[in-house]
Amino acid sequence: MTVTDAPKIISSRFDHEDSFTLRRYEATHGYEGLKAALAKRPDEVVEEVKTASLLGRGGAGFPAGVKWGFCPPGVWPRYLVVNGDESEPGTYKDRILMERDPHQLIEGVLIACYAIGCAQAFLYVRGEMALAQERIAEALNEAYAKGYVGKDILGTDFSVDIVLHWGAGAYIVGEETALIESLEGNRGMPRLKPPFFPAAKGLYLQPTVVNNVETLANLPWILREGGAAFAELGAEASRGTRMFAVSGHVRNPGVYEVEFGVTTFRDLIYAPVYGGGIGDGHDLKAFIPGGASAPWFYEEHLDLPLEKGAVDRAGSMLGSGAIVVMDETTDMVKAALRVVRFFARESCGKCTPCREGTSWLEKILERILDGHGRPSDLDLLLDVCDNISPGIAWPPKQTTICPLGPSAVSPIASAVTRFRDEFEAKLGGGAIPVTVKMAGGAYVRKPTAEVAS
Amino acid sequence: MARLTVDNVVLAKEIIGRYPRPKSALIPLLHLAQEQDGYVATDAMEHLAELVGVTPAEVLGTCSFYEMFKREPVGRYVINVCTNIACQIMGGEELLHHAEESLGIRSGSTTPDGLFTVEDVECIAACTEAPCLQVNYRYRHRISHDQFDRMVDDLRAGRLDDEVPPHGTLARTRQHIPNATAAGPGFVEGAEEPVWITSRPAPPKEGAKA
Repeated sequence: MTVTDAPKIISSRFDHEDSFTLRRYEATHGYEGLKAALAKRPDEVVEEVKTASLLGRGGAGFPAGVKWGFCPPGVWPRYLVVNGDESEPGTYKDRILMERDPHQLIEGVLIACYAIGCAQAFLYVRGEMALAQERIAEALNEAYAKGYVGKDILGTDFSVDIVLHWGAGAYIVGEETALIESLEGNRGMPRLKPPFFPAAKGLYLQPTVVNNVETLANLPWILREGGAAFAELGAEASRGTRMFAVSGHVRNPGVYEVEFGVTTFRDLIYAPVYGGGIGDGHDLKAFIPGGASAPWFYEEHLDLPLEKGAVDRAGSMLGSGAIVVMDETTDMVKAALRVVRFFARESCGKCTPCREGTSWLEKILERILDGHGRPSDLDLLLDVCDNISPGIAWPPKQTTICPLGPSAVSPIASAVTRFRDEFEAKLGGGAIPVTVKMAGGAYVRKPTAEVAS
Repeated sequence: MARLTVDNVVLAKEIIGRYPRPKSALIPLLHLAQEQDGYVATDAMEHLAELVGVTPAEVLGTCSFYEMFKREPVGRYVINVCTNIACQIMGGEELLHHAEESLGIRSGSTTPDGLFTVEDVECIAACTEAPCLQVNYRYRHRISHDQFDRMVDDLRAGRLDDEVPPHGTLARTRQHIPNATAAGPGFVEGAEEPVWITSRPAPPKEGAKA
């Protein structure tokens, strides 16, 4: 098992009780990256980030420096929008970065704005994260008072306002064009690409860069220590370090910053300093490698490195760094239903295959669990999947404006294929149903008397 | 119920002033209305429409899209139990069931005394701390059924008032951009290249024509 001695790049202050204060931040290299950036030309800062090969940490994994370069030249103003709407099931890293080290994020935003030439930045924080909103508001007020944000930053001609904005509860707003719609005060429904690629026609139809919280949090270190030092860590396309949340049936669930591209799933799930293995003497049944949208992985995938290319080739994705571990006691039909219900509830309703398809998948899985499943239901499930995303391939084919609907297909198809016997065992004609659905969706055992009547 | 109070109108105008276009302030303003009344009242939506210069229907359109905005009164404490995948396999559904049983209500409804609303919610980004819940968007990590009951008792007795404000109040610290140090409006029709870009031009690329 490998546990590398890579430095902590973005979680370095987490051990301090006062990690969120300006005092602690300034005492631990705070705003040095900004000073280093301001000593360079904006185009040199972009080059530094390209040298670092920093991949976006939001889910799609696109190189950040390259993304910045997509803004058409000569079109002003440009905007930076920070995606802090973390809501992919299993994902827990942006919230911790915003709550525990808000100044690091603010410094990252400043560096990006300086490099891209943004006149204003909007920090879109998920509505449900009250503590993160308080910590960022506090940090911004401190940073304005000290001249790190606002007019003529640190005595230079660089000026930018950072506006803290809260969402109000909608998973789809994590999709960048939906985020922009929401920031314009509208229903958070994705826009069609083309023509609405944010870099060309984003917020107020101006060039807009949308970056994830974790992506931006890396910038202070990259500017301070150099892009080359960042690129020395990791392997292949996946450089630096990355935060992974390991949850579910492991002994030490937690958020760990590990060297990207080198550490394997086995390390993260089993190493004593990370997940610590599966508890209660149980065996691994399956794990989700990158959030609810990712096809599930099994025993045979444990030795894959946490490297974007390797995971893509194996038929899934690292997504947002969310690893959910399921042991042998997990009811796969229930788990599949829960994932599908999530997508059905969060579909914005704009495209038919997603709006109708996800709720059909939910209804079919519900009746299987309720004991009213029909023998043809498994094929029907896969048929509906095929209608949402033709061919049920990976990466999924899209019949919709955004990837939400197709994302529901991959985990279901993977569960039905792998655990077909579990689904079949629940189909009708067998035993009397033993579970009953409570209001709100909980499944509990039905009292025997009720079953008999 | 109510339109925004005089103080809240001042705050609303400050918030609107931060955005290049007023409608962008709509979600923060809906939160403000919810903070004032505990839910988003119809009169408040009409008032917001006047403030940002759109129709009341457009405000309703935005408001009704988002889970957190309640258009009818809810409990003083809204308890959101996560049952998504990471919580489900660690006992989230059982926790929700316990919450429904002990409070005597179904999820989505409110106790007759108006104190508690229970909701079954999607992932709230505390997956490593499952099962988890939020009460008025304040987290409770790895919560047992006993701890849930104690939390309800504490809330009822007002022992958590410092930590958990009534429903509607999110962040208790607000951002204030002082006029003296603000960079100024981001959106200017026909804006030119920012000064720090103009003053530090990239050298011509090698091989490029001068």
